[in-house]
Amino acid sequence: MKIAVPVDDKCMPAKVCISLGRAPYFLIYDTEAKESRFIDNHAAASQGGAGIKAAQIVADNNVGALLTPRCGENAAEVIKAANIKIYKTSGVSVTDNIDAFIDGRLAVLTEIHSGFHGRGGE
Amino acid sequence: MNIAVLSGKGGTGKTLLAVNLAAVAESSVYIDCDVEEPNGHLFFKPIQVQAQNMAIKVPVVDDRLCNGCRICVDFCKFNALAYIGDRLKIFEHICHSCGGCLLLCPEYALTEKDKYIGKILRGVSENVTVHTGVLNIGEPSGTPIIKNMMADGEHGRDETVFIDCPPGSACIVMESIKDADYCILVAEPTLFGVHNLDMVWELVKLFNKPHGVILNKCLEADNPAEQFCFKNNISILGKIPFDQELGNLNGNGVVAARANEVYRSLFSSLLQKVIKEVEHETTLDT
Repeated sequence: MKIAVPVDDKCMPAKVCISLGRAPYFLIYDTEAKESRFIDNHAAASQGGAGIKAAQIVADNNVGALLTPRCGENAAEVIKAANIKIYKTSGVSVTDNIDAFIDGRLAVLTEIHSGFHGRGGE
Repeated sequence: MNIAVLSGKGGTGKTLLAVNLAAVAESSVYIDCDVEEPNGHLFFKPIQVQAQNMAIKVPVVDDRLCNGCRICVDFCKFNALAYIGDRLKIFEHICHSCGGCLLLCPEYALTEKDKYIGKILRGVSENVTVHTGVLNIGEPSGTPIIKNMMADGEHGRDETVFIDCPPGSACIVMESIKDADYCILVAEPTLFGVHNLDMVWELVKLFNKPHGVILNKCLEADNPAEQFCFKNNISILGKIPFDQELGNLNGNGVVAARANEVYRSLFSSLLQKVIKEVEHETTLDT
């Protein structure tokens, strides 16, 4: 299965990005081939609706799961329509989170926030 | 003559000023552009109120015609459209009603529908025609309601129009001051007040609007907002004292200038000063 993670860096060891819509890159990881591929998140610079566009990019990469610390309601609507499961990351290490996901230790993300809309949520 | 009243934050006295200036004018129009929480009507208690529902246009897709080319998705700067699972998804609350997706769709799969976002109430209170913009709770933008109120052909050229702006300096305020001939900036005598005054001052300069400041809640002590005006050469139109009686009247939803002769003369002289400034600016323009 392929999974997507919003990340701050373009190479390993990458850190999980706190934001989904405004993450600079996504890591697309293939759990069978154990291959990592980094893609640019073109949604990051959007003036609005970054979550929707980012979710579109994730969905277009045919992933089965999204690993993210948080997810806004618009992005979640797109992700769910694409039948992608959302899991909540724990800590910033991408490799730890991928391992946890493979071991079935990551929880499904339940709290969907109503969006920060340019305010970053900090 | 359109006079906009604005400030960088809520609670500085925009409504107090706009309502009372409109009340002391001979014949005037008061437009409440603070559509998220319009409260001018609480003072005016207008009668013969007529409501007009306000709708914006949002796209609707015909799934049978959409071929998934995504031209609309790529076009939308606000990302109001996504194409997921072989279907177009439309986020109505993100859409800015530009109509671009309809124009670009090669399959003519998109049409528009009305989405109700609020209403405009029009009524009369003695010498004042009261227009109130009301945005439904949860709607993201009141700008279309303001556009409609400002485009209203009913405002006669000889009537003085007072525009009670929303707080801040965002798009919705820009829409409110766009057609103003003059802007009154209301400021509080605090450092925070100075920061907020600076924000709206920048905005009116950007829009090349003639402007002046009214200092509200003035105490005996130093007034940082007044010092800011001195320092930047901003015209001070007048001062409203920090006055318990005025606060009480206002807090009880009473138009102070109608209830008390002292306040009638206070706001009348402020209005005279404003009109003189506007006329002066108009002479400079021509």
